[in-house]
Parts: sequence; structure tokens; C-alpha cells
Amino acid sequence: MKRETILNAALLLILLAIPLWAQSADEPFIITLTTRAVIFAIAGVGLNFALGFGGLVSFGHAAFFGIGGYAMGILAYHAQTYTPLMEWPFVIEGTKSMPVIWLVAIITSAIVAVALGALSLRTSGVYFIMITLAFAQMFFFFTISWPTYGGEDGLSIYIRNDFPGLNTMDPIQFYAICYVILLLVLFFVYRAAHSPFGLALSAARQNEDRIQAIGQGPYRLYLTAYVISGAITGLAGALFADLNRFVSPTMFSWQTSGEIMIFVILGGVGRVFGPVAGAALFILLEHQLGGLSEFWHIYLGAILLGVVLFARGGLFGFIAGREVAHD
Amino acid sequence: MSTILLIEQTLNGLQFGVMLFLMAAGLTLIFGVMGLINLAHGSLYMIGAFAAAAVAAATGSFILALIGSLIAAAIAGVIVEMTVIRRLYDRDHLDQVLATFALILIFSEGTRWVFGSFPLFLDKPAWLSGTVMLPFGIEYSLYRLTIILIGLAVAGGLFWMIARTRIGIQIRAGENDREMIGALGVNISRLYTLVFALGAALAGFAGALIGAIQSVQVGMGEPVLILAFVVIVIGGIGSIKGALVGAILVGLTDTLGRLLLPQFFGLFMDASAATSVGSSLSSMLIYILMAGVLLFKPSGLFGGGH
Repeated sequence: MKRETILNAALLLILLAIPLWAQSADEPFIITLTTRAVIFAIAGVGLNFALGFGGLVSFGHAAFFGIGGYAMGILAYHAQTYTPLMEWPFVIEGTKSMPVIWLVAIITSAIVAVALGALSLRTSGVYFIMITLAFAQMFFFFTISWPTYGGEDGLSIYIRNDFPGLNTMDPIQFYAICYVILLLVLFFVYRAAHSPFGLALSAARQNEDRIQAIGQGPYRLYLTAYVISGAITGLAGALFADLNRFVSPTMFSWQTSGEIMIFVILGGVGRVFGPVAGAALFILLEHQLGGLSEFWHIYLGAILLGVVLFARGGLFGFIAGREVAHD
Repeated sequence: MSTILLIEQTLNGLQFGVMLFLMAAGLTLIFGVMGLINLAHGSLYMIGAFAAAAVAAATGSFILALIGSLIAAAIAGVIVEMTVIRRLYDRDHLDQVLATFALILIFSEGTRWVFGSFPLFLDKPAWLSGTVMLPFGIEYSLYRLTIILIGLAVAGGLFWMIARTRIGIQIRAGENDREMIGALGVNISRLYTLVFALGAALAGFAGALIGAIQSVQVGMGEPVLILAFVVIVIGGIGSIKGALVGAILVGLTDTLGRLLLPQFFGLFMDASAATSVGSSLSSMLIYILMAGVLLFKPSGLFGGGH
């Protein structure tokens, strides 16, 4: 078995074992912490689809994370206050049902990703980085100045939304939901990366001229990748909002974009499981260094700097070798 | 709405734009010459503001505070360039983004560690406070007017330096062909350090000038940094002229949008709805402007073929 496969399996087992142990040891905080790691992993897997496979350095994925969050916040807020979301031309009620919320989060993020992607992908390189950053900032300022849903203070949802047959307020049951979604997303991304589309996308990243020469438009490939990527990150945003039962403009902030990018880099760009390792490592660092010092971001910055300057390829590159596997 | 208010807000927009130019000029020079995207530029802005606040608190002199901000930001720029940034010139943009993002974390937390989480206050000097009478009976803040004049003077100086001096020739040559000017005997790594220090000093200077109007606090640099990105995307990366035009365009659009949009919606909506729709939309206006420019000119108004 290849080392990368072993690492992948080990990661999934660890993410399964920790909460089960925490449940038996009655440590709900550890379960919540692991849930955060899993949700961040989903967001990172989403970004990795554009960044790792398509080479699109999006510094604005907080936009999708936040849209997913506000999809949950707005729907649950209307269900909680018994007010319809929209009365004209037809009535739309709020909802507390998780699957419906996820669907709305995915679709809304995808639609926004089509619009933002269509504009941003007219450019490339450093322009693309700045533009995605700027558009995410646009959502940030919009939610701050939009008073209907809490403005700067954000929205609190008192009870976690429902999933048929489960008690979502129980940490371990909510964790199970997130874990299964992570598995589904990983499976989808793995399949997509090895589909004809995924191979063409990888080819476009490596040599745009050649992919054009064989009759594939790189623009369409990139846009599709960007939309899939945004939709996955939006789903993670909805889960994150449900974990905290709170949404605020912070979800749209540029720091959030930066953190999602850190998950991808710490783990290893372009590896399907890379962001899972990265997010887990990030949460571990946050927990350990946060206990060490109030100023733990200094250490995080130093570690990140070290990874970028000296350990390119992240955790996966360190353990499983520099080359991305071609299977 | 009175004409006086409109003119006053136009001047405010101009002042905002001129400040954005000081940030954007450094960013665009650094990108043009070294091909580097520097997220930590906002941290240099913050360092300038903190240095000015510290010097002003120690000496009580605003002029010394401004000089202090220039020196502190330039020194920080030189140190960062020689230790970290230098290793990034040959890397791809992703590595540059991440490394400079890491620098933001280090700078922000370091500043919080030294100065604490509470905002500092930098007072504008007595001889620059108060208002001044402009033609047509417009009363305007003397300090803001001074900022506009200083900013325009710096812009003029920058244009002169790039067009007329030896260092300017080297910068322009560096933008065209990095390897060639190295081969011609210009000490390229000293030129890079110099350009980075110049950009840093401009950012620190802007931070100090703005610090006297707003509060000096950790994280003050990044919102300005992102606006400066919008400016250079609109103006075209690498172009100082583009940075100036873009900065003034963004400054005016933002300031006047906040004034005019709520009034515009007030024409056909009730007052509270107009205020909320108008203010939310005006917070998005510069990004809409950027999207509009991108639709017609994907490489910015004055962008070359980067």
C-alpha cells in the first residue's frame, strides 16, 4: 500500500477514534473540537478543489463559507420567529430541517460562485488573488451594513436544526452527521478528480496552451471547478453555523479566507485528504498553542512561514513524499 | 442637500483616495519590480501608525512622529525583505500569499504583545486642527486639506523620481527586464531592498497620517490593504499612474456613494428603508466599480500585458 493511502486511512480512523474516546471519557469539549476540525476539513477540501486541482488561488472562499452560514442563519431565524422569508410572489417559510438548509447553502453558494467566478476568471495570477479577496470583503461589508439579520452583531439560533431520527443537540450525534458528510465529500472529490473532467482540469493547471490545443476551453473547466469548490465550502459554512448556533459577518472576513487556505497548505496542496490533515493540525495547534500563550498567532505565523519556506508540500509532502500520487 | 455638503464630501473622498494612493503605490511598485504580492503591506501601515503614536507620546512633536513613522516602517521593511521576502521572489504567488499572510499574523500579534489590545490615540497637532475657509464659503478641516496636499506632493515626487532620477530609471528597467539590468551591473538585490523600503515607508507614512484621524489599533492595516488591492486592480498592476487614478476613483466613489445613495433611494422609498438599502448598497459600491472595470478591461485601466 502506498504511504499516502495509509496516511489517509489513519486520518479517518483518528477522526473516528477521538470522539468515541471523548464520549466514553465524558469530554464533550473534545467532541466539539473534533467537530470543528471536521467542518474546517470540509471547507478546506472545497478550496483544495479549486486551488490544488485547478491551480486557482482563491483568497476569497470566506464568501462561500459565509453564504452557507447565512443560508442556515436566515432560514432558521425565520423558522424561529415564525415569520415567512418571502411573501411575494409566493410564500417561502423558514425551516429548521438540516437537509433543506444544506441544499439551500449548496445551491446559493454555487450560484454566487458562478457570478464571482465568471468575473474573476477573466483575469489570472495575482489579479485573481486580489479580486477574490475583494469580493469576499464586499460580502463582509454588506452583512455588516445590512440590519435585517443582525448586522454587525450577527444572528443567534437558539436550538440546533433538526435531522430526521437524530438528536442534533447531542455532540456525538452532530459529530456523526459532520463526519459522514466529510466522507461523502471526500468520495465525491476523489471521483471528480479522477473523472475526465478532473483530469482535464489538472491538465489545464499544468499547461493551459495544450489543453486549449486539444479543444478544451480552460475557462469552462476553471469555472466548473470554482463552482464545485464554492458549493462544498458553502456546505461547510452551514454546518459551522449549526455547530455554533450563531452566524456573524466574521465568517466573511479575510482572516477566514486565510485560515481555509492554511488548512490546505498545512496538509498539502492537491492531495484529496490534504485539507483533512491540515484542519486537524490547525485545531491541534490552536488548542495546544492557545493554552501556551495568549499570543499564539505568533507561533502559528512562524510555523506557517516555516512550512512555506522550507517544507513545501505540507504534512502530506513530509510524510508521503514530494510527488503527488498518480493513481 | 446643499452644495457645500457635496463639495465637502468630495474633498473627503479626495483625501481618502490620496491615502489609498500611498498604500497602492508601494504595492504596485513592489509587484511591478519584484513580481511579489505583499499582504504584509497592511502591517507596515500599522507599524507606521504605532511608531508615530509612540514617538508623539514621547516627544509631543507631530513632525517627529511622522519622521518616526517613515523610519520605523522603512526599517521594518528592510528587515522583512532581507530575512523573508527575498526568498519569495522566485516562488509562485501562492507561496508569496501564504508567507506574507504568516507575516501579518506575526506582526499583528507582536504589536498586540508590545502595545496591548487597546487602541492608541494620536492627536493631530494644534497648528493643524481647526478649519480653513476655502473659496465659495466652504469651511473645511485644515488637517484633511493638509493630507490631500501632502499626498499630492508625494505623488508628484514619486512621478518625478521614476521619470527623472537614476533610481527611477533602474526601477523602470527592472519592471521591463529583471535579468538584463542585473547583467548591466546594477546591484539588483540592493535595488529590491530599496524599492521594498520605499513602499514600506509610504505605507507607514499613510498609517501615521490616518492614525491622527482614526484610532491606532492592531488590524487597522488590512481593510486598507484590501482597498489598495481594489485600487491596483482598477488601475492596472505595476502602473503608478493607474494607482493614482484608481485611488482617487475609489475614494470618491466610496465617499460620495455613502452620501448620495441613501438620498437616491429616498426619492421612491420611505426614509428608514432608503437608509438601510442605501447604506448596504454603498458599502458594495467600490466592488461593483471594480467588477465593472474588469468586464471591459480585465487588466485594469492602465495595465500592461502582465
